[in-house]
Amino acid sequence: MTHANLSLVGPEIILAGSALILLVVGAFRGKGGVVFNGLSVLALLAAAVAAVVGPQGRGFAGGVIVDDLSTFAKVAIYLASAVSLVLADRWLARRGDSKFELPVLVILAALGMGVMVSAGDLISLYIGVELHSLALYVLAAFRRDDAKSSEAGLKYFVLGALSSGLLLYGASLIYGFAGSTQFDVIAGAVNDGAGQGILFGLVFLICGLAFKVSAAPFHMWTPDVYEGAPTPMVGFFAAAPKLAAMVLLARVLQEGFGGAVAQWQQVVLAIALLSVFVGAFAGLAQKNLKRLWAYSSIANIGYALVGLAAGGEAGVQAMLMFMVLYMVDVTGFFACLTALQRDGRSMETIDDMAGLFKEKPGLALAMTAFSLSALGLPPLSGFFAKFYVFKAAIDAGLAWAAILALVGSVVAAFYYLRLIKVMWFDAAPGAVEAPAFSARTIAIGAALFSFPVGLVALVWLDPVSRAAAAAFG
Amino acid sequence: MALQAIAFYLMATVTILAGLAVVFARNPVHSVLFLITAFFSAAGLFVLMGAEFIAMLLIVVYVGAVAVLFLFVVMMLDVDFSQLREGFARYLPIGLLVAGVLTIEMVIIAINVALHGAASKNATPQASLPDVSNAETIGRVLYTDYVYIFQAAGLVLLVAMIGAIVLTLRHKAGIKRQSIPAQNARTPKTGMTIVDIKPGEGISE
Repeated sequence: MTHANLSLVGPEIILAGSALILLVVGAFRGKGGVVFNGLSVLALLAAAVAAVVGPQGRGFAGGVIVDDLSTFAKVAIYLASAVSLVLADRWLARRGDSKFELPVLVILAALGMGVMVSAGDLISLYIGVELHSLALYVLAAFRRDDAKSSEAGLKYFVLGALSSGLLLYGASLIYGFAGSTQFDVIAGAVNDGAGQGILFGLVFLICGLAFKVSAAPFHMWTPDVYEGAPTPMVGFFAAAPKLAAMVLLARVLQEGFGGAVAQWQQVVLAIALLSVFVGAFAGLAQKNLKRLWAYSSIANIGYALVGLAAGGEAGVQAMLMFMVLYMVDVTGFFACLTALQRDGRSMETIDDMAGLFKEKPGLALAMTAFSLSALGLPPLSGFFAKFYVFKAAIDAGLAWAAILALVGSVVAAFYYLRLIKVMWFDAAPGAVEAPAFSARTIAIGAALFSFPVGLVALVWLDPVSRAAAAAFG
Repeated sequence: MALQAIAFYLMATVTILAGLAVVFARNPVHSVLFLITAFFSAAGLFVLMGAEFIAMLLIVVYVGAVAVLFLFVVMMLDVDFSQLREGFARYLPIGLLVAGVLTIEMVIIAINVALHGAASKNATPQASLPDVSNAETIGRVLYTDYVYIFQAAGLVLLVAMIGAIVLTLRHKAGIKRQSIPAQNARTPKTGMTIVDIKPGEGISE
């Protein structure tokens, strides 16, 4: 019994063990370094392998569910965390802020996200959410002598604590009305329509999770946190935690509240469409690229939520495909931002990008690819991501929502195209410094994934994500 | 039974009044003291429900540690509370609106539950066995069914500790620290010099 339970959480044990060992090693050496970061990356990769080869099932009285969905999400999360560590290494070293705690915190955040995606119980849901968000608050404020970074960390922490309060309130109401914290028992209590009390709790739970994925109207923290936090960490914030929270939301809604689809569908749809429009219109006024991509991520979470609102296996599959393809785009884009530097200063505004095509054609092409992909232009991978979402929505009879989301993405096209125009046609104000090799490689690699590698990968991703979505049965 | 009812209503009233006083007290120290009152009467309510372990935890952890910590923070930090209240009037309308909507929703739910019961098919929580104490009941599941969550909660605390150290610890260069081995290794030869001073010259060092 115990042995079977423990074998289910192999990846978690690897991550927790390596985080503890690395912490002690770091504390005695007093500094990190390339080897230290490399070991952390290896730990994350080992956890990803363990997630793939490990057994599946339920354990710890329903607290852990390991299925195709959780495995799929865990691999994506661990890989994204490893990439962000590689990016952060050179970036922080250049600024003299390299510390050994960063990889430890990233590993613990990845561990929390792993707990989230395989949560089968409201308690493990909450613990996972808290574990990853506490680590993210610290990572946001990691450059503590930088006023903006401290502001980002504090804002993230205060608003995050508020959202955790909402989430806990909702969870306690659900527990009170359903009589259990386990998703399958809750599903039994709501199998033909939920009572008012449970719905009241569910709305609070959705609000708390919507904050974690930065869906409107719970998005206020996103632009400030993205602007202030260290650039490679922003790439991390925008990718892995979003996927974890979306998978968690899908599991709560499909597994716990599958009987009340009609009741939560309208809530999720309202949040989704609001996010699409807030992201599209508020992004128009942004000058800072990190803020711009914060709004872009709000809009993109909106599309993923449209897929989720469509419900059923197709909806979850659309959400998974969208999130994974978007993760590659956003990680690649922030890898570009990490790589670029002019006169010892990070290039963060749209004007800074002027003339980039003449200076660094490779990176400019990569950023163009990410922007066009986020815009959803064929044949880039972002087009297929949106295609899955809209197809799921139309099949579920939500054609009007798909059309509204499409309108939002046309509005958002303006800011992506403006960035491309500035990069390609404006004159450069000065020379760009040579980018770090690791960041450049990741940026170019992600760009190649957007086109054309992604198209080949789709052939493989499609059945894998379908199998993952089928886990809800 | 009558005694229990009297105790319940007494402690419930005290809890609610103390809770209101926490929010409305002008002096923050008074707020914390009212908070302690609220914790005490809530602990009494837990005892009435047969959850004596949680009642003791509430007193030991919340009153003994958390509330005292609050008291320290309130007293030691020089927070200008009149400045904090500055935006109060400006944000009052929207605050009242949100609070009003929430209150109406809660009342509707409460009425609904009172009329129809919570839910028909839900699993009811089991009462603990009469001959087993609360602590033993919790102990039976805490390290078996819930060991995964228990360990993860430990990691949450570890993250909080790492965070506090990363964000606040500064190693100053010129700081003087005690080194016990260096102290033990001192001998009269290394720790002391004999200087021959001629009368009327003093030491230049």
